Amino acid sequence: MKNSIARAIRCSATIAAAGLLLTACGSSGGSGSGSAQAAPATFKGRGPITYVAGKDTTGTVQTIINRWNKAHPKEKVTFIQLPTDADSQRQQMIQNAETKSDAYTVLATDVVWTSEFAAHQWIEPLPAQQFPLGRMLQPVVETGKYRGTLYAVPASSNGGLLFYRTDLLKKAGITQPPTTWAQMTADCAKVKQLPEAKNMSCYAGQFQKYEGLTVNFAEAVNSAGGQITDASGKPDVDTPQAKKGLDFLVKSFKDGTIPKEAITYQEEDGRQAFQSGKLIFLNNWPYVYSLAQKSAIKGKFAVAPLPGLNGPGASSLGGANLALSSFAKNKATALDFMKFFTSEESATYFLKNASLAPPYANLYDNAALDKQYPYLPDLKQSITKAVPRPRVVQYGDVTAAIQNEVYAALTGKKSSAQALKDLQADLQKLTAQ
Amino acid sequence: MADTTIPLDTTAAVPGTAATRRPGRPTATRRPRSRATAGSGRLAALLVSPTLLVLTIVVIYPTLMALDESLYGTRGLDPKTGFISNTEPFVGLKNYTDIFTQAGDRFWNAFWNTTFFTVVTVSLETVIGVAMALIMHKAFRGRGLVRASILVPWAIPTAISGLLWKWIFNADGIANVLLGHQVLWTADGFSAKVAVVIADVWKTAPFIGLLVLAGLQVVPKEVYEAARLDGASALQQFWRITLPLVKPALLVAVLFRCLDALRMFDLPYILIGAQKGSVETLSMLAQNEASNVRFGPASAYAVLLFLYVFLIALAFVRLLGADLIGEVGGARKSRPRKAREVTA
Repeated sequence: MKNSIARAIRCSATIAAAGLLLTACGSSGGSGSGSAQAAPATFKGRGPITYVAGKDTTGTVQTIINRWNKAHPKEKVTFIQLPTDADSQRQQMIQNAETKSDAYTVLATDVVWTSEFAAHQWIEPLPAQQFPLGRMLQPVVETGKYRGTLYAVPASSNGGLLFYRTDLLKKAGITQPPTTWAQMTADCAKVKQLPEAKNMSCYAGQFQKYEGLTVNFAEAVNSAGGQITDASGKPDVDTPQAKKGLDFLVKSFKDGTIPKEAITYQEEDGRQAFQSGKLIFLNNWPYVYSLAQKSAIKGKFAVAPLPGLNGPGASSLGGANLALSSFAKNKATALDFMKFFTSEESATYFLKNASLAPPYANLYDNAALDKQYPYLPDLKQSITKAVPRPRVVQYGDVTAAIQNEVYAALTGKKSSAQALKDLQADLQKLTAQ
Repeated sequence: MADTTIPLDTTAAVPGTAATRRPGRPTATRRPRSRATAGSGRLAALLVSPTLLVLTIVVIYPTLMALDESLYGTRGLDPKTGFISNTEPFVGLKNYTDIFTQAGDRFWNAFWNTTFFTVVTVSLETVIGVAMALIMHKAFRGRGLVRASILVPWAIPTAISGLLWKWIFNADGIANVLLGHQVLWTADGFSAKVAVVIADVWKTAPFIGLLVLAGLQVVPKEVYEAARLDGASALQQFWRITLPLVKPALLVAVLFRCLDALRMFDLPYILIGAQKGSVETLSMLAQNEASNVRFGPASAYAVLLFLYVFLIALAFVRLLGADLIGEVGGARKSRPRKAREVTA
């Protein structure tokens, strides 16, 4: 009996341990070589294809696909839904590419994945002249390019906005939303003299150690005239301008302009704090607008473009692009479907029914739509001035390095000068490969 | 079962083979016997083969693949074309030796985190789990309710309990309200470690409690009656009777918990987040490397973790085996004697 127990334990121990290897290595082994050179893509073959994207909570994607399927009964599109969070989506798309599977045809990619996917040749270069890129906002189109070649077509966009409490600003005698950081802190000082704003904090964004921190850091640096990577993709973050941007965040944490719990804020935490009247200013995505309209601060807030050091700031870009998997079949159908899905008509539908910011410039100036979404003019300004996050092949490592150093600076473990110096060294190492 | 197959086998085998092997008379008497064991051995092999096949597919093959993969490096970028090369370079043991150089800091940090979580959570869980088992074992009104409620945390999936505790440890969460003082639990730092320990102990102490309870239920009542007659205090009864008798069950529970804790991934990943130095475990490190398309180093970390878990398991089994011999024998001998004393 003793022996069998011992044996059973030994067995289960080994299984438990080996299970680890399974999880860690399930996606490995795709090291075999395929075609070495990327020939100019030819789009051949017609027939059924798939569209792969994160879970669609609004139901609008299926509607658009149904429209396509009705018109193209022989080239039907099947919608494959992936998990909601971007990391798992990326993971599954990479697994599909590593096994060279033709299960995925058209991929909905995050704007920061383009370089990585293109460099690995997981996605095909696209014929730029066949898409109405000229009518789209320029920074948005840039996110779809790798080394000057178009690899992904913008389907939707997104930019950061400054949400502010109109009721409090008005009471404090301020008529215009701030355009610089200095104005913003001055406005806060005035608002906080009001009895009802005594315990409020001035400003917050997303400062938890995750992608949101990269977004907010990039915004601060770009809004102060600095940059993380230059036009050719080389890191250039150890500059006085970048330091001014980071210093704004560090100083704000130190003097309480940003509440110290904001170091744990993701998008939703900041929104909750703003809605429960703890914040005067909030930097967040436009989705907050409709939710806040249903909360206690309904009608007491408005939006403005992000403030900067010496004038309006620069937002980071969000949104989704469409890319074509290199290993897919029926690429001619796929290309047509991509044109259909990213058309102005589809973009209008998505804006109206799923409040997705369109890549098309003229949709922001539509009076009827502006009435439905009062933030659209500000969002257009935000996106036009936006700067894409670093477009590098090793984006996962780059964003991790940024988060590490910026977090160390925000929590006071490093001076901002030291953090930027270390970040520059890290990024140089990562992009040198 | 083996006894019944041997005669069956011999009767079937003897007539056929006896004719061909006539000359070997002296060995003939011994032969059926060895043949019988060979036959039952073949049957055993046949019966075990599905298990072995499954083990080969789900354990041995992936393990070997991981070992192989860990010898390869990261695919490089061709600066001229801007494309990543299609093949991974063979780097030998570099992924392993790297832990003593550049990538080492992160590895050792993850290693110590893993060890810290294992030691701290399993010790706390053992103490709390035994206490829970003692309570669940007592007969009192509402015992069923107490038993059920103690087991609720164990029934909740780790990912869900991670989300649950994330709300509790939110900056404005209930934990801070109760403390009356704002602790930023989910920020990277020592408080994050504490948050993970609390959430893990909450979830898995019932597991130890459950196994210990099973151990407690087979301890005969007479032993305690005897002890009470001998005038042993409650504490003495616990140390001298309860603990030694549930020790085998407890050790199994602790071993399982150790192996589980060494692989800890989901709780810190969901509760605190990826790439947080203060809570990054070896599993999280391996996952992170794999998600950045560096399968070589990821496999190397997974293999190292495998070895670490294997060593701990081996040490435990050795320890456990020794204890089982000592305890079971000792307990058997002492039990009848005491019972006799009582009846005498």
